[in-house]
Amino acid sequence: MIDQVASRTVATAFAEATVRTATPLILASTGELLIERTGLINIGLEGVILSGAFGALVGATHWGGGSVLGLAISACAGMLIALIFAAATLGMGADQIITGTAITLLALGGTGTLYRTLYGATGSSLSIDTSARLAIPLLSRLPVVGVALFAQPAITYVAFLLIPATWWFLEYTHAGLALRAIGENPAAALTAGVPVNRIRFFATMVAGALGGLAGGVLVLSQAGTFVEGMSAGRGFIAIAIVVLGRWRPLGIGLAAFLFAATTSLQYVAQALGLDVPYQLILALPYLLTLAALAGIGGRATPPATLARVE
Amino acid sequence: MDDTERVVIKRWLAAVPEPLRRAGYVLLVLGLGIPLLLRVMGFEAIPATAALLRGSLGSGYAITSATLVRATPLILTGLSVAIAFRGGVFNIGAEGQLLAGAAAATALSLLPGLSHSRWNPLVALVIGATAGGFWAGIAALLRVRFRVLEVISTILLNFVALYLVGYLVRGPLQEPLHIYPQSSTIDSAARLPRILPASRLHAGFLVAIVVAIAAWWIVRHTAAGFRLRAIGANPDAARVAGEIDVARTGTHAFIVSGAIAGLAGAIEVTGVTFALYENISPGYGYTGIAVALLARLDAAGVVASGLLFGALEAGASAMQRDAGVPAVVVSIVEAVIILGLIVAWPLQSGVGSASRASEATSTPAER
Repeated sequence: MIDQVASRTVATAFAEATVRTATPLILASTGELLIERTGLINIGLEGVILSGAFGALVGATHWGGGSVLGLAISACAGMLIALIFAAATLGMGADQIITGTAITLLALGGTGTLYRTLYGATGSSLSIDTSARLAIPLLSRLPVVGVALFAQPAITYVAFLLIPATWWFLEYTHAGLALRAIGENPAAALTAGVPVNRIRFFATMVAGALGGLAGGVLVLSQAGTFVEGMSAGRGFIAIAIVVLGRWRPLGIGLAAFLFAATTSLQYVAQALGLDVPYQLILALPYLLTLAALAGIGGRATPPATLARVE
Repeated sequence: MDDTERVVIKRWLAAVPEPLRRAGYVLLVLGLGIPLLLRVMGFEAIPATAALLRGSLGSGYAITSATLVRATPLILTGLSVAIAFRGGVFNIGAEGQLLAGAAAATALSLLPGLSHSRWNPLVALVIGATAGGFWAGIAALLRVRFRVLEVISTILLNFVALYLVGYLVRGPLQEPLHIYPQSSTIDSAARLPRILPASRLHAGFLVAIVVAIAAWWIVRHTAAGFRLRAIGANPDAARVAGEIDVARTGTHAFIVSGAIAGLAGAIEVTGVTFALYENISPGYGYTGIAVALLARLDAAGVVASGLLFGALEAGASAMQRDAGVPAVVVSIVEAVIILGLIVAWPLQSGVGSASRASEATSTPAER
């Protein structure tokens, strides 16, 4: 009996950790998907997320607006960084990879500097009230997955709904078709009267907002504080997830959950007292992502102008 | 006459060497940007800038023990990135390769029998370079065999390397008391010799300079260097017209790039820290990208930009210590330098088309 209760507790914790980890990844990688379907790639997503996290902190503490305003500011912060990317690549034809690297550096230095300037050099840990949970009646009382799926901050539901919404947008709307057309053949799209650069710009900004939100989620509904460099590689993971999900919204949702579940294995290992080195469990999701990327290697079909695989 | 005038002006502009123009731009950003940034952030610009200069160039000790020591890993990671990018390989993984090199060099230096050998530091450097090359080799294999974009795989491997070091310093390589997450200190016989009296400057700096000269000579004057430049500039032309094995050349460049980064890690352990711990690299691998870009992927230029960034970071530490200005300010300056450079001097041959070769990116934005 006791074993059963214990294993149910572990399973509940695992499910919740998975959803928690997946939420920012879904937001960020769905945004990156939109950019990549137009044929661009923003390696600076890491910087976008980090800026969003810092924006959330500023929104929640300085303007005292709580989590809704915090999320709004985090989206704006992400868009600000995305704007720099758009200005350099779309506006001035700079190399995307280098620009992406530079804006990540910029965000790392910028948020670190501003954080220490605004909140003191010691980095005394600030505590922000995390967003209230929105429990859905009945469903949230399901065993194991109830809390994980149906008693989450509102932004988690937004992330979930984003997956089918993006799928519908890409498949069934005029704008979605135009966006895909650009990624497959920008010259033809331009000839057909599609405003290539304008759509690329919009995609970049939407992705900036989503990446910023991902950062906001980290601060406002998870950590409850800001730590320098707290994006901790999630931007790069999100880019890998786009590849892993084969540039499709549903695939990306699945890949994000797979990655999140692997990451959450650490809680299971802890709870079960497994004698596996903690650091090796932490490395597991990265190794798994590598293996999965190798597995789909030749079979993934990226937007034609994104990766010219012969 | 208009046309001839234009030609004259163009010639006159071309007479100013391009690196000189770039250096002017960088000095302008540094000279105006740093005080301005400090001012905006509410610090006293002049004392803080003075602290930065004092800490980097203010004395013989600051130059040798702070700037040159700091520049050593940056020159090496800069070379690592430059060689890979030259060949169209987007190796963002110098950080992980450096960690692999540091871990392997530490492990070797702590072997009981070896620690009193005079040749130990040299062997440690070779082992470190091998480990770095091996770490890059994983990504190279994934690239060639499974078409995994190296931009993504090298970044993922950076995290794996970081956790691996975290595991090593808490497990097999932890100091005997098992209190701190770090390795034992390596024996003094296993350390790189100091090359100047009363300074911390070690022989690793000379190694970095020698590697830079070798890289410059190989890229400019050998067949291997020509193949590297050819596949970076235009892989299709290199394959068809030059009958160059693009995949093979790229793989070689990738592994050499990793070996140089691994060497940087081994030098840090045997010349500076004398022990392995998790934060052994404050992002040398990532800053190396900036160093390489500032040098426009030219090996000789990497030495200059590595020295500049070394001075900047050494000065930033002093500025934090003496004037209370967070050292991360320097990252903003570095980012501004890169962003300004890529806008003012778009890389045409080297990186622009390298992205095509690596199949990591799309075309530049069509307008």
